[in-house]
Amino acid sequence: MEVVFKVRGDILIACIKGELDHHNAAPLRKGIDRSMKVFECRDLILDLTEVDFMDSSGIGIALGRYKKLSKSGGRICIAGCSTYIEKVLDMAGVFSIIPKEADVQSALCLLGGEEQLHMEV
Amino acid sequence: MENVLKMEFSALAENEAFARAAAAAFVMPLDPTVEEVTEIKTAVSEAVSNCVIHGYGELCGDESFAKNEAPTIVMECALEKGNRLTITIEDKGVGIDDVDQAMEPLFTTGDEEERSGMGFTVMQSFMDRLKVRSSKGEGTTVIMTKYLDVPGEY
Ligand SMILES: Nc1ncnc2c1ncn2[C@@H]1O[C@H](COP(=O)(O)OP(=O)(O)OP(=O)(O)O)[C@@H](O)[C@H]1O
Ligand SMILES: [Mg+2]
Repeated sequence: MEVVFKVRGDILIACIKGELDHHNAAPLRKGIDRSMKVFECRDLILDLTEVDFMDSSGIGIALGRYKKLSKSGGRICIAGCSTYIEKVLDMAGVFSIIPKEADVQSALCLLGGEEQLHMEV
Repeated sequence: MENVLKMEFSALAENEAFARAAAAAFVMPLDPTVEEVTEIKTAVSEAVSNCVIHGYGELCGDESFAKNEAPTIVMECALEKGNRLTITIEDKGVGIDDVDQAMEPLFTTGDEEERSGMGFTVMQSFMDRLKVRSSKGEGTTVIMTKYLDVPGEY
């Protein structure tokens, strides 16, 4: 597994590549939490476009980050799920609390969308 | 056609990828669909990681770990009647108190931060049948059956 972190304003984008299982979950979780701190980010995008295997450990990663970010007023969005990954996350009802977007670009729009809404009014 | 694969490996997280790859390789000669392979790999990953996380406990200082000097997991894949795949995954760990409760979606005795309690639900939805046998202090055996979408070979 490999993770590439990108920062857009106060949004951290974690592009995860490879297999997301129990073995890889701990370093991934630490990496995300540390990067959020180091780059002083408030919101998080989990980019799963290049994840080619994921079990319930992925549900744990998503829900765990959601709980953590909720406490600090941050938001999380999941981008680029394949049909299979979407099925696994859906079993746990992940999308009833975490929004999903087709790609990182739309996820950025969603998380940055609030200001645009204000201007329209 | 009857074909069997039996393997025993150390109960280590780094062996989870190996176990699911072995199960995938086992069914490959039947020319399964990409979905079938993914479902089998995911179900195996759930069962094997449960043995590592819950069966033996991840911490080496854990009571259950100390009892088992070299904890291992046994996986058996069997192919019968052309398309019936049975995967059995067994540990000799702590066992489960209440199997029915453990199998409920979202039930977990693990760390709330990391575990979602969805492992058994994932196994159930990706395989056609799931049976769990467990007794306290003896270990846990998970038996999963899947009927592959291939013309039967009799
Ligand atoms: N091999 C095992 N040995 C002992 N207990 C087990 C074993 N497998 C499962 N359990 C028990 O059953 C519960 C439910 O397992 P399940 O795989 O559904 O969820 P989880 O492992 O807790 O979380 P997740 O799989 O979503 O990360 C576990 O929390 C554990 O208490
Ligand atoms: Mg599990």
